[in-house]
Amino acid sequence: MAKVPVQFRLNGSDRAAFADPADSLLTVLRRGLNDFGPKYGCGQGTCGTCSVLIDGELRLACLTLAASCEGASVETVSGMADGPNLHPLQNAFMEHFAAQCGFCTPGMLTAAKALLDRNPDPSREDVIDAIAGNICRCTGYEPIIQAILAAARTLPAQRRS
Amino acid sequence: MARFRGRGMASVNYPIGMNLGGDPSQALIHSNPDGKFTVALSAIDLGQGMKQVTRQVAAETLGVPVEDVYVDTADSDTGPHDMGSFASRGTHRMGNAVIAAAREARGVLLEAAAEELEVNAADLVTDGKGNIHVKGAPSRAITVRATAQAAQFKQGKTIAGRGIFLIPLSAVDPETGEMNPNTAFAHACLVADVEVDDETGEVTVLGMNSAYELGRVINPKMVEQQLVGGAWMGISHALYETPEPYYPNPDHGPRDFNEYLMPGPGDIAPYSITILERPAPDGPFGGKGPGEMCANPVLPAIANAVYNAIGVRVNDLPITPEKILRGLKANGGPKPQARRGGAL
Repeated sequence: MAKVPVQFRLNGSDRAAFADPADSLLTVLRRGLNDFGPKYGCGQGTCGTCSVLIDGELRLACLTLAASCEGASVETVSGMADGPNLHPLQNAFMEHFAAQCGFCTPGMLTAAKALLDRNPDPSREDVIDAIAGNICRCTGYEPIIQAILAAARTLPAQRRS
Repeated sequence: MARFRGRGMASVNYPIGMNLGGDPSQALIHSNPDGKFTVALSAIDLGQGMKQVTRQVAAETLGVPVEDVYVDTADSDTGPHDMGSFASRGTHRMGNAVIAAAREARGVLLEAAAEELEVNAADLVTDGKGNIHVKGAPSRAITVRATAQAAQFKQGKTIAGRGIFLIPLSAVDPETGEMNPNTAFAHACLVADVEVDDETGEVTVLGMNSAYELGRVINPKMVEQQLVGGAWMGISHALYETPEPYYPNPDHGPRDFNEYLMPGPGDIAPYSITILERPAPDGPFGGKGPGEMCANPVLPAIANAVYNAIGVRVNDLPITPEKILRGLKANGGPKPQARRGGAL
Protein backbone atom coordinates (compact mmCIF):
# COMPACT_ATOMS: atom_id res chain seq x y z
CA MET A 1 0.00 0.00 0.00
CA ALA A 2 1.31 3.43 -0.86
CA LYS A 3 2.63 5.47 2.05
CA VAL A 4 0.88 8.70 2.85
CA PRO A 5 2.40 11.85 4.36
CA VAL A 6 1.23 12.74 7.86
CA GLN A 7 1.96 16.06 9.55
CA PHE A 8 1.19 17.00 13.12
CA ARG A 9 2.68 18.91 16.02
CA LEU A 10 4.63 16.63 18.33
CA ASN A 11 5.45 18.15 21.70
CA GLY A 12 5.36 21.62 20.18
CA SER A 13 7.39 20.94 17.03
CA ASP A 14 6.01 20.42 13.53
CA ARG A 15 6.84 16.90 12.43
CA ALA A 16 6.10 14.90 9.32
CA ALA A 17 6.38 11.25 8.43
CA PHE A 18 5.41 8.87 5.68
CA ALA A 19 3.08 6.27 7.08
CA ASP A 20 1.18 3.28 5.87
CA PRO A 21 -2.51 4.26 6.00
CA ALA A 22 -3.02 1.43 8.50
CA ASP A 23 -0.15 2.48 10.76
CA SER A 24 -1.05 3.37 14.30
CA LEU A 25 0.11 6.64 15.82
CA LEU A 26 2.29 4.56 18.14
CA THR A 27 4.09 2.98 15.20
CA VAL A 28 4.72 6.36 13.59
CA LEU A 29 5.90 7.91 16.86
CA ARG A 30 8.32 5.10 17.68
CA ARG A 31 9.50 3.95 14.24
CA GLY A 32 9.03 7.10 12.20
CA LEU A 33 9.77 9.92 14.61
CA ASN A 34 12.04 8.20 17.15
CA ASP A 35 9.88 9.16 20.09
CA PHE A 36 10.29 6.12 22.32
CA GLY A 37 8.42 7.68 25.26
CA PRO A 38 5.10 5.93 24.62
CA LYS A 39 5.63 2.19 25.02
CA TYR A 40 4.26 -0.70 22.99
CA GLY A 41 2.58 -2.87 25.62
CA CYS A 42 -0.42 -4.95 24.62
CA GLY A 43 -1.07 -3.29 21.26
CA GLN A 44 -4.82 -3.62 21.76
CA GLY A 45 -5.74 -0.77 24.06
CA THR A 46 -5.90 -2.62 27.37
CA CYS A 47 -2.66 -1.70 29.18
CA GLY A 48 -2.41 2.07 28.71
CA THR A 49 1.35 2.45 28.44
CA CYS A 50 1.08 3.98 24.94
CA SER A 51 -1.16 6.82 26.23
CA VAL A 52 -0.68 10.21 24.58
CA LEU A 53 -2.60 13.49 24.50
CA ILE A 54 -4.15 14.42 21.16
CA ASP A 55 -5.37 18.02 21.18
CA GLY A 56 -5.34 17.73 24.95
CA GLU A 57 -7.46 14.56 25.08
CA LEU A 58 -6.10 11.33 26.53
CA ARG A 59 -5.82 8.73 23.76
CA LEU A 60 -4.30 5.30 23.21
CA ALA A 61 -1.67 5.66 20.50
CA CYS A 62 -1.85 1.95 19.64
CA LEU A 63 -5.53 2.26 18.67
CA THR A 64 -5.25 5.62 16.91
CA LEU A 65 -4.57 5.70 13.17
CA ALA A 66 -1.64 7.99 12.48
CA ALA A 67 -3.41 9.43 9.45
CA SER A 68 -6.24 10.62 11.70
CA CYS A 69 -3.77 12.87 13.55
CA GLU A 70 -3.18 15.09 10.53
CA GLY A 71 -2.91 18.66 11.76
CA ALA A 72 -3.40 17.67 15.39
CA SER A 73 -1.25 18.51 18.40
CA VAL A 74 0.21 15.35 19.93
CA GLU A 75 1.84 15.40 23.36
CA THR A 76 3.85 12.46 24.66
CA VAL A 77 5.70 11.86 27.90
CA SER A 78 8.89 12.90 26.07
CA GLY A 79 7.60 16.46 25.99
CA MET A 80 6.57 16.72 29.64
CA ALA A 81 9.82 18.14 30.96
CA ASP A 82 10.64 21.77 30.20
CA GLY A 83 14.28 21.42 29.15
CA PRO A 84 16.16 20.26 32.25
CA ASN A 85 13.17 21.07 34.50
CA LEU A 86 11.01 18.05 35.11
CA HIS A 87 7.24 18.37 35.22
CA PRO A 88 5.87 18.39 38.81
CA LEU A 89 4.36 14.97 38.10
CA GLN A 90 7.75 13.58 37.10
CA ASN A 91 9.32 14.95 40.27
CA ALA A 92 6.49 13.56 42.36
CA PHE A 93 6.85 10.13 40.75
CA MET A 94 10.51 10.12 41.80
CA GLU A 95 9.83 11.45 45.31
CA HIS A 96 7.13 8.86 45.95
CA PHE A 97 8.86 5.88 44.33
CA ALA A 98 5.98 5.56 41.85
CA ALA A 99 8.09 3.75 39.25
CA GLN A 100 9.74 0.37 39.59
CA CYS A 101 10.33 -1.39 36.27
CA GLY A 102 9.09 1.78 34.56
CA PHE A 103 7.15 0.20 31.73
CA CYS A 104 3.80 1.67 32.76
CA THR A 105 5.31 5.02 33.75
CA PRO A 106 4.89 6.88 30.41
CA GLY A 107 1.19 6.04 30.35
CA MET A 108 0.72 6.77 34.04
CA LEU A 109 2.36 10.19 33.69
CA THR A 110 0.32 11.02 30.61
CA ALA A 111 -2.96 9.92 32.18
CA ALA A 112 -2.08 11.93 35.28
CA LYS A 113 -1.25 15.00 33.21
CA ALA A 114 -4.59 14.72 31.41
CA LEU A 115 -6.27 14.65 34.82
CA LEU A 116 -4.39 17.61 36.30
CA ASP A 117 -4.81 19.66 33.12
CA ARG A 118 -8.58 19.57 33.59
CA ASN A 119 -8.77 19.13 37.37
CA PRO A 120 -5.85 20.60 39.33
CA ASP A 121 -7.39 19.60 42.66
CA PRO A 122 -8.42 15.95 42.24
CA SER A 123 -9.73 13.68 44.98
CA ARG A 124 -8.23 10.22 45.56
CA GLU A 125 -11.21 8.77 43.68
CA ASP A 126 -10.57 11.12 40.75
CA VAL A 127 -6.97 9.89 40.60
CA ILE A 128 -8.03 6.24 40.73
CA ASP A 129 -10.53 6.88 37.91
CA ALA A 130 -7.87 8.65 35.86
CA ILE A 131 -5.37 5.78 35.99
CA ALA A 132 -7.91 2.94 35.90
CA GLY A 133 -7.05 2.27 32.26
CA ASN A 134 -3.36 1.83 32.99
CA ILE A 135 -1.95 -1.47 34.22
CA CYS A 136 0.99 -1.48 36.65
CA ARG A 137 2.57 -4.77 37.69
CA CYS A 138 5.11 -3.55 40.25
CA THR A 139 3.93 -0.76 42.52
CA GLY A 140 0.51 -1.89 43.69
CA TYR A 141 -0.74 1.53 42.49
CA GLU A 142 -0.62 3.20 45.90
CA PRO A 143 2.70 5.04 45.31
CA ILE A 144 1.37 6.26 41.95
CA ILE A 145 -1.83 7.56 43.54
CA GLN A 146 0.21 9.30 46.24
CA ALA A 147 2.55 10.84 43.66
CA ILE A 148 -0.29 12.27 41.59
CA LEU A 149 -2.01 13.72 44.67
CA ALA A 150 1.32 15.22 45.78
CA ALA A 151 1.96 16.73 42.35
CA ALA A 152 -1.51 18.30 42.41
CA ARG A 153 -0.66 19.95 45.74
CA THR A 154 2.44 21.56 44.22
CA LEU A 155 0.61 22.91 41.18
CA PRO A 156 -1.02 26.08 42.53
CA ALA A 157 2.27 27.26 44.03
CA GLN A 158 4.02 26.76 40.70
CA ARG A 159 1.32 28.56 38.80
CA ARG A 160 1.62 31.57 41.10
CA SER A 161 5.33 31.92 40.42
CA MET B 1 -27.76 -12.67 52.11
CA ALA B 2 -24.98 -10.99 53.99
CA ARG B 3 -21.36 -10.01 54.10
CA PHE B 4 -19.06 -11.83 56.48
CA ARG B 5 -15.80 -10.54 57.80
CA GLY B 6 -12.83 -12.73 58.58
CA ARG B 7 -9.22 -12.45 59.65
CA GLY B 8 -6.40 -14.73 58.60
CA MET B 9 -2.69 -14.79 59.16
CA ALA B 10 0.39 -16.43 57.71
CA SER B 11 4.07 -16.53 58.54
CA VAL B 12 6.98 -17.21 56.25
CA ASN B 13 10.62 -18.13 56.72
CA TYR B 14 12.12 -17.27 53.40
CA PRO B 15 15.50 -18.55 52.14
CA ILE B 16 17.64 -15.93 50.39
CA GLY B 17 18.96 -17.27 47.08
CA MET B 18 19.20 -20.89 45.99
CA ASN B 19 21.76 -23.61 45.72
CA LEU B 20 21.71 -25.86 42.67
CA GLY B 21 25.35 -26.49 41.90
CA GLY B 22 26.60 -23.44 43.77
CA ASP B 23 25.31 -19.88 43.61
CA PRO B 24 27.93 -17.31 42.53
CA SER B 25 27.66 -13.63 41.67
CA GLN B 26 30.47 -11.55 40.22
CA ALA B 27 31.20 -7.83 40.06
CA LEU B 28 33.88 -5.69 38.44
CA ILE B 29 34.61 -2.10 39.43
CA HIS B 30 36.91 0.41 37.76
CA SER B 31 37.57 4.10 38.14
CA ASN B 32 37.16 6.61 35.34
CA PRO B 33 39.45 9.58 34.65
CA ASP B 34 36.97 11.90 36.39
CA GLY B 35 37.35 9.99 39.64
CA LYS B 36 33.99 8.28 39.37
CA PHE B 37 33.50 4.55 39.48
CA THR B 38 31.67 2.10 37.22
CA VAL B 39 30.34 -1.15 38.65
CA ALA B 40 29.73 -3.83 36.03
CA LEU B 41 27.17 -6.49 36.90
CA SER B 42 25.31 -9.00 34.78
CA ALA B 43 22.39 -9.30 37.16
CA ILE B 44 19.47 -7.21 35.98
CA ASP B 45 17.46 -4.66 37.92
CA LEU B 46 13.83 -5.57 37.26
CA GLY B 47 12.65 -2.49 39.09
CA GLN B 48 13.20 -3.89 42.56
CA GLY B 49 16.09 -1.49 43.17
CA MET B 50 19.17 -3.66 42.77
CA LYS B 51 21.07 -0.96 40.90
CA GLN B 52 20.51 1.53 43.70
CA VAL B 53 21.33 -0.96 46.44
CA THR B 54 24.57 -2.11 44.80
CA ARG B 55 25.44 1.53 44.11
CA GLN B 56 25.09 2.36 47.81
CA VAL B 57 27.08 -0.73 48.80
CA ALA B 58 29.86 0.16 46.35
CA ALA B 59 30.02 3.80 47.47
CA GLU B 60 30.11 2.87 51.14
CA THR B 61 32.91 0.35 50.62
CA LEU B 62 34.95 2.54 48.28
CA GLY B 63 34.50 5.53 50.59
CA VAL B 64 33.21 7.84 47.87
CA PRO B 65 29.89 9.74 47.41
CA VAL B 66 27.04 7.61 46.10
CA GLU B 67 26.67 10.11 43.22
CA ASP B 68 30.13 9.11 42.03
CA VAL B 69 29.20 5.48 41.42
CA TYR B 70 27.45 4.24 38.30
CA VAL B 71 26.12 0.69 38.14
CA ASP B 72 26.07 -0.78 34.66
CA THR B 73 23.93 -3.88 34.17
CA ALA B 74 23.58 -3.33 30.47
CA ASP B 75 24.92 -6.49 28.93
CA SER B 76 25.22 -10.02 30.27
CA ASP B 77 27.39 -10.94 27.25
CA THR B 78 30.18 -8.54 28.20
CA GLY B 79 29.68 -8.25 31.97
CA PRO B 80 31.03 -10.61 34.63
CA HIS B 81 28.93 -13.75 35.03
CA ASP B 82 26.01 -13.81 37.43
CA MET B 83 23.36 -16.46 38.09
CA GLY B 84 20.66 -13.80 37.74
CA SER B 85 17.99 -11.79 39.49
CA PHE B 86 15.73 -14.36 41.13
CA ALA B 87 15.15 -16.22 44.39
CA SER B 88 15.42 -12.92 46.28
CA ARG B 89 19.20 -13.19 45.94
CA GLY B 90 20.07 -9.75 44.52
CA THR B 91 20.96 -7.72 47.59
CA HIS B 92 22.69 -10.62 49.36
CA ARG B 93 24.72 -12.22 46.55
CA MET B 94 25.44 -9.21 44.36
CA GLY B 95 25.90 -6.92 47.33
CA ASN B 96 28.62 -9.23 48.68
CA ALA B 97 30.31 -9.48 45.28
CA VAL B 98 30.28 -5.69 44.99
CA ILE B 99 31.83 -5.33 48.46
CA ALA B 100 34.67 -7.68 47.46
CA ALA B 101 35.29 -5.77 44.22
CA ALA B 102 35.07 -2.39 45.95
CA ARG B 103 37.56 -3.45 48.64
CA GLU B 104 40.11 -4.41 46.01
CA ALA B 105 39.55 -1.18 44.06
CA ARG B 106 39.80 0.86 47.26
CA GLY B 107 43.14 -0.79 47.99
CA VAL B 108 44.55 0.34 44.64
CA LEU B 109 42.97 3.79 45.06
CA LEU B 110 44.71 4.30 48.39
CA GLU B 111 48.03 2.99 47.01
CA ALA B 112 47.83 5.49 44.16
CA ALA B 113 46.96 8.29 46.59
CA ALA B 114 49.82 7.24 48.87
CA GLU B 115 52.24 7.51 45.98
CA GLU B 116 51.04 11.05 45.24
CA LEU B 117 51.13 12.14 48.89
CA GLU B 118 54.38 10.25 49.57
CA VAL B 119 52.92 8.49 52.61
CA ASN B 120 52.05 4.95 53.60
CA ALA B 121 48.73 3.73 52.14
CA ALA B 122 47.83 2.19 55.48
CA ASP B 123 47.72 5.68 56.99
CA LEU B 124 45.12 6.96 54.52
CA VAL B 125 41.38 7.34 55.05
CA THR B 126 38.51 8.52 52.85
CA ASP B 127 35.99 11.14 53.95
CA GLY B 128 33.12 9.85 51.79
CA LYS B 129 32.97 13.22 50.05
CA GLY B 130 35.55 12.57 47.35
CA ASN B 131 38.73 13.17 49.35
CA ILE B 132 41.53 10.98 50.67
CA HIS B 133 43.70 12.22 53.54
CA VAL B 134 46.21 11.10 56.11
CA LYS B 135 44.51 9.85 59.24
CA GLY B 136 44.56 12.66 61.80
CA ALA B 137 45.94 15.17 59.27
CA PRO B 138 43.08 16.33 57.02
CA SER B 139 45.32 18.92 55.35
CA ARG B 140 47.51 16.22 53.82
CA ALA B 141 44.85 15.33 51.28
CA ILE B 142 44.19 14.54 47.64
CA THR B 143 40.87 14.23 45.86
CA VAL B 144 39.70 10.91 44.49
CA ARG B 145 39.51 12.61 41.12
CA ALA B 146 43.14 13.75 41.20
CA THR B 147 44.15 10.28 42.39
CA ALA B 148 42.29 8.62 39.52
CA GLN B 149 43.95 10.93 37.03
CA ALA B 150 47.41 10.44 38.53
CA ALA B 151 46.96 6.67 38.50
CA GLN B 152 45.93 6.64 34.87
CA PHE B 153 48.13 9.32 33.33
CA LYS B 154 51.21 9.35 35.60
CA GLN B 155 51.54 6.06 37.44
CA GLY B 156 50.12 3.80 34.73
CA LYS B 157 47.94 2.05 37.27
CA THR B 158 44.41 0.67 36.90
CA ILE B 159 42.18 1.48 39.86
CA ALA B 160 39.94 -1.55 39.64
CA GLY B 161 38.60 -4.45 41.65
CA ARG B 162 37.22 -7.92 41.08
CA GLY B 163 34.61 -9.47 43.32
CA ILE B 164 32.89 -12.80 43.56
CA PHE B 165 30.54 -14.16 46.18
CA LEU B 166 29.93 -17.87 46.09
CA ILE B 167 27.60 -20.00 48.15
CA PRO B 168 29.20 -23.37 47.31
CA LEU B 169 27.19 -26.43 46.38
CA SER B 170 25.64 -28.05 49.41
CA ALA B 171 25.60 -31.78 48.75
CA VAL B 172 22.79 -33.94 50.05
CA ASP B 173 23.81 -36.42 52.75
CA PRO B 174 22.93 -39.82 51.23
CA GLU B 175 22.07 -41.29 54.66
CA THR B 176 19.88 -38.55 56.08
CA GLY B 177 18.91 -36.44 53.07
CA GLU B 178 20.17 -33.47 55.02
CA MET B 179 21.58 -30.45 53.22
CA ASN B 180 22.17 -26.80 54.03
CA PRO B 181 21.45 -24.87 50.85
CA ASN B 182 20.84 -21.51 52.46
CA THR B 183 22.84 -19.28 54.74
CA ALA B 184 20.34 -16.50 55.32
CA PHE B 185 16.63 -16.52 56.00
CA ALA B 186 14.25 -13.57 56.05
CA HIS B 187 11.01 -13.72 58.03
CA ALA B 188 7.56 -12.22 57.88
CA CYS B 189 4.10 -12.43 59.39
CA LEU B 190 1.04 -10.96 57.73
CA VAL B 191 -2.57 -10.52 58.88
CA ALA B 192 -5.31 -10.00 56.31
CA ASP B 193 -8.86 -8.81 56.98
CA VAL B 194 -11.42 -9.69 54.32
CA GLU B 195 -15.12 -9.40 53.65
CA VAL B 196 -16.93 -12.19 51.80
CA ASP B 197 -20.28 -11.67 50.09
CA ASP B 198 -22.21 -14.94 50.37
CA GLU B 199 -24.51 -13.95 47.51
CA THR B 200 -21.93 -13.03 44.86
CA GLY B 201 -18.99 -14.99 46.26
CA GLU B 202 -16.78 -11.92 45.98
CA VAL B 203 -13.92 -11.39 48.42
CA THR B 204 -12.81 -7.86 49.31
CA VAL B 205 -9.54 -7.33 51.13
CA LEU B 206 -10.29 -4.69 53.76
CA GLY B 207 -6.74 -4.24 54.96
CA MET B 208 -3.46 -5.92 55.76
CA ASN B 209 -0.84 -5.59 58.49
CA SER B 210 2.57 -7.16 58.33
CA ALA B 211 5.94 -7.35 60.01
CA TYR B 212 9.02 -8.14 57.92
CA GLU B 213 12.47 -9.05 59.22
CA LEU B 214 14.89 -8.42 56.37
CA GLY B 215 18.30 -8.00 57.89
CA ARG B 216 19.85 -4.56 57.45
CA VAL B 217 17.58 -2.43 55.30
CA ILE B 218 19.99 -0.83 52.86
CA ASN B 219 17.41 1.47 51.25
CA PRO B 220 14.28 1.84 53.42
CA LYS B 221 12.11 3.55 50.80
CA MET B 222 12.86 0.91 48.20
CA VAL B 223 12.13 -1.87 50.67
CA GLU B 224 8.79 -0.26 51.43
CA GLN B 225 8.04 0.17 47.72
CA GLN B 226 8.86 -3.46 47.04
CA LEU B 227 6.75 -4.71 49.96
CA VAL B 228 3.74 -2.61 48.94
CA GLY B 229 3.95 -3.65 45.30
CA GLY B 230 4.55 -7.29 46.16
CA ALA B 231 1.55 -7.37 48.49
CA TRP B 232 -0.65 -6.15 45.66
CA MET B 233 0.66 -9.01 43.56
CA GLY B 234 -0.14 -11.38 46.44
CA ILE B 235 -3.75 -10.16 46.50
CA SER B 236 -3.85 -10.56 42.74
CA HIS B 237 -2.59 -14.16 42.90
CA ALA B 238 -4.89 -14.99 45.81
CA LEU B 239 -8.13 -13.68 44.32
CA TYR B 240 -7.80 -12.90 40.62
CA GLU B 241 -5.02 -14.19 38.41
CA THR B 242 -5.09 -17.45 36.54
CA PRO B 243 -4.30 -18.54 32.99
CA GLU B 244 -6.82 -21.36 33.51
CA PRO B 245 -10.43 -21.00 32.46
CA TYR B 246 -12.95 -20.49 35.22
CA TYR B 247 -15.12 -23.00 33.37
CA PRO B 248 -14.18 -26.41 31.99
CA ASN B 249 -13.73 -25.45 28.35
CA PRO B 250 -10.28 -23.91 27.68
CA ASP B 251 -11.92 -21.55 25.19
CA HIS B 252 -13.11 -19.60 28.21
CA GLY B 253 -9.57 -18.94 29.38
CA PRO B 254 -8.20 -15.40 29.38
CA ARG B 255 -6.75 -14.17 26.09
CA ASP B 256 -5.75 -10.62 26.98
CA PHE B 257 -5.66 -8.02 29.75
CA ASN B 258 -9.42 -7.56 29.49
CA GLU B 259 -9.96 -11.16 30.53
CA TYR B 260 -6.87 -11.90 32.60
CA LEU B 261 -8.05 -10.41 35.84
CA MET B 262 -5.86 -8.25 38.07
CA PRO B 263 -6.91 -5.79 40.75
CA GLY B 264 -6.79 -2.20 39.58
CA PRO B 265 -6.05 0.99 41.51
CA GLY B 266 -9.61 0.96 42.87
CA ASP B 267 -9.21 -2.52 44.40
CA ILE B 268 -6.17 -1.95 46.59
CA ALA B 269 -6.34 -2.39 50.35
CA PRO B 270 -4.82 -0.26 53.12
CA TYR B 271 -1.54 -1.89 54.11
CA SER B 272 0.61 -1.23 57.13
CA ILE B 273 4.14 -2.61 57.35
CA THR B 274 6.58 -2.83 60.25
CA ILE B 275 10.21 -3.48 59.35
CA LEU B 276 12.49 -5.34 61.74
CA GLU B 277 16.23 -5.38 61.13
CA ARG B 278 18.34 -8.28 62.34
CA PRO B 279 21.49 -8.06 60.25
CA ALA B 280 22.56 -11.29 58.57
CA PRO B 281 26.11 -12.29 59.55
CA ASP B 282 27.02 -13.01 55.93
CA GLY B 283 24.91 -10.27 54.30
CA PRO B 284 26.28 -7.08 52.73
CA PHE B 285 26.21 -4.70 55.73
CA GLY B 286 23.84 -7.34 57.15
CA GLY B 287 21.29 -7.11 54.33
CA LYS B 288 19.11 -9.99 53.18
CA GLY B 289 16.51 -8.64 50.74
CA PRO B 290 12.72 -8.77 50.54
CA GLY B 291 12.21 -10.21 47.04
CA GLU B 292 9.53 -12.80 46.50
CA MET B 293 8.43 -12.91 50.11
CA CYS B 294 6.68 -9.56 49.59
CA ALA B 295 3.86 -11.54 47.99
CA ASN B 296 4.16 -14.98 49.59
CA PRO B 297 2.37 -14.60 52.97
CA VAL B 298 -0.53 -12.66 51.41
CA LEU B 299 -1.93 -15.76 49.69
CA PRO B 300 -2.31 -18.09 52.70
CA ALA B 301 -3.39 -15.17 54.93
CA ILE B 302 -6.26 -14.36 52.58
CA ALA B 303 -7.21 -18.05 52.24
CA ASN B 304 -7.26 -18.30 56.05
CA ALA B 305 -9.29 -15.08 56.33
CA VAL B 306 -11.87 -16.46 53.89
CA TYR B 307 -12.13 -19.63 56.01
CA ASN B 308 -12.44 -17.52 59.14
CA ALA B 309 -15.25 -15.49 57.55
CA ILE B 310 -17.46 -18.22 56.09
CA GLY B 311 -15.94 -21.60 56.97
CA VAL B 312 -15.06 -22.43 53.37
CA ARG B 313 -11.57 -23.83 52.86
CA VAL B 314 -10.42 -23.14 49.29
CA ASN B 315 -7.33 -25.19 48.46
CA ASP B 316 -6.54 -24.02 44.95
CA LEU B 317 -5.87 -20.49 43.80
CA PRO B 318 -7.22 -18.07 42.85
CA ILE B 319 -10.12 -17.94 45.29
CA THR B 320 -12.75 -17.04 42.72
CA PRO B 321 -16.40 -16.21 43.45
CA GLU B 322 -17.32 -19.53 41.87
CA LYS B 323 -15.19 -21.52 44.32
CA ILE B 324 -16.63 -19.54 47.23
CA LEU B 325 -20.22 -20.23 46.12
CA ARG B 326 -19.53 -23.92 45.49
CA GLY B 327 -17.93 -24.15 48.93
CA LEU B 328 -20.90 -22.43 50.58
CA LYS B 329 -23.27 -24.81 48.82
CA ALA B 330 -21.28 -27.85 49.90
CA ASN B 331 -21.21 -26.59 53.50
CA GLY B 332 -24.91 -25.76 53.56
CA GLY B 333 -24.26 -22.04 53.96
CA PRO B 334 -21.78 -19.74 55.68
CA LYS B 335 -20.23 -21.00 58.90
CA PRO B 336 -18.26 -18.10 60.45
CA GLN B 337 -15.36 -19.29 62.59
CA ALA B 338 -14.18 -17.98 65.95
CA ARG B 339 -12.60 -14.52 65.92
CA ARG B 340 -9.32 -13.66 67.54
CA GLY B 341 -7.41 -10.47 68.00
CA GLY B 342 -9.97 -7.70 68.37
CA ALA B 343 -12.50 -6.05 66.11
CA LEU B 344 -12.16 -6.09 62.35
